Amino acid sequence: MQFVADGIVFAAIISLGAIGLSMIYNILRFANFAQGEIVATGAYFSLGFVALFGAGIGSIGPLAFGWPLLVSIGFAMVATSLMVLIVDWLLFRQLRDKSASRITLIMAAFGVSLMGRNLITLIAGGDPINFSFFIPRAVEILPSVRVVPDDIAIVVLAGLSVLALHLYLTRTTMGRWMRATAENPTLARVNGIDTRAVIRWTWIVGASLATLAGALQGHIVELRPEMGFSLLLPMFAALIIGGVGNIYGTLLGALFIGLSQSFAVAIGLSAYREAVSFMLMLAILLVRPQGLLGGRD
Amino acid sequence: MPAVLDIQSIVAGYTPSLPILRGVSLTVQDGEIVTVLGPNGAGKSTLIKAVIGLVPIAEGRALFLDRDITGSPTHQLVREGIAYVPQTENVFARLSVDENLALGADFDRQEIAARRERVLALFPDLAGLGRRRAGRLSGGQRQMVAFGRALMSAPKLLMLDEPSAGLSPKLTQAVFGQLRRIRDAGITILIVEQNARAALQVSDRGYVLAEGREHMQGDAADLLDSPEIGALYLGDRSRLAQQ
Repeated sequence: MQFVADGIVFAAIISLGAIGLSMIYNILRFANFAQGEIVATGAYFSLGFVALFGAGIGSIGPLAFGWPLLVSIGFAMVATSLMVLIVDWLLFRQLRDKSASRITLIMAAFGVSLMGRNLITLIAGGDPINFSFFIPRAVEILPSVRVVPDDIAIVVLAGLSVLALHLYLTRTTMGRWMRATAENPTLARVNGIDTRAVIRWTWIVGASLATLAGALQGHIVELRPEMGFSLLLPMFAALIIGGVGNIYGTLLGALFIGLSQSFAVAIGLSAYREAVSFMLMLAILLVRPQGLLGGRD
Repeated sequence: MPAVLDIQSIVAGYTPSLPILRGVSLTVQDGEIVTVLGPNGAGKSTLIKAVIGLVPIAEGRALFLDRDITGSPTHQLVREGIAYVPQTENVFARLSVDENLALGADFDRQEIAARRERVLALFPDLAGLGRRRAGRLSGGQRQMVAFGRALMSAPKLLMLDEPSAGLSPKLTQAVFGQLRRIRDAGITILIVEQNARAALQVSDRGYVLAEGREHMQGDAADLLDSPEIGALYLGDRSRLAQQ
């Protein structure tokens, strides 16, 4: 059962990153290939604020991180959101105004992805960096299932974020506007909804969750300029498996990807873990082409 | 009292090189029900969409209560008092009836409860369906949600695109019957309709569009009696054959 615990941790990070992908797909109607770089930017901004504040990353009880890291992530969420809004204003907004086709938007996102990755390399260097070095001390939570306390914290943080997102989407006016815009943008405008504001908040929510994903991934593994790009395929896979158009499906898809990859590692196919999870993804799509929760109201 | 809507020689279309409306003028006075008739492709729907800012206006201008609204963003116009019910996909199928109604007044949130009361008074059939997803409703109920949603913004002008589309003759009568009650509540109404007879029966005046231009206009009663209208839109085939 060790692989289940490992898979859930990976799934938590994938789902935080994939929510932005899913929301942008549903509201702006294109596959944002630059989502990986949003994750990486968030991670590096977190690192920058940790360095700026000079208080390390702290610790809470058995955890190897504490308030200094969490506060830095908070600042990084704002910085990453601003960055994403600037890119949208400079690039995607122009393309939307010119009614650019979906493929144009995707190619533009691909360009942003390349530039973002290279910009990070230029500024922070290409070598892996860590927030701090810590020696993980695993605890046995079940017979022969050992996890690092930080992993549990990551799953809890991701769970709380998803709960907050759910409440945001169902209980707030902006959340209702997002769901309305995702279903029918024209009718949304006819309801007096300022869809430009909806688009801005969609980027902000997606970038903030991606920042959390990046920082957490950076904490338990390391920061690399390609860290986001290497999460892109699993994030897309989560989106597709869950059923495009359904954020809760994306979470389920992320869980599926996480579990299948750690299962592949557990049975000694570590080098093929992505191949294994994509084979399973294909198998699911053959049975349910619309994804696990796709096509449901 | 200025005209609620004053459209002056509008040229509009989805692409500038291919205008669908080629110089249409029309006025709607306070408290009127006005119907725009015309064959498919005459530009009836485009006219409403141009007013509400969903189709760009290339030439001419539109005044709402004497204010130039040409080129204003759609959400702004809705907040200023123009409501629009599209012909199709006019409710959010994945959202509940309550959410659909609330969306109509989200920019006026403290008013939601009071306006919902008024909408339910107008459409008592919707009472008790609040938590149902709009996509699960019958065609008639869905149309009521679409009307109700539009009325939630407390508009001065209500624009309806083919309100009878897809409804049975009995439901069509019921829907048009409600229009008078809506008008009596102080809301001016502009309708675009294929079903000329039903629409003219509740209207004060009517316009006929053909090929993106105004072809005829007059009092609804006169248009109902007009041989040409009878031939073209009221299903009077024999007279059509003679023309």
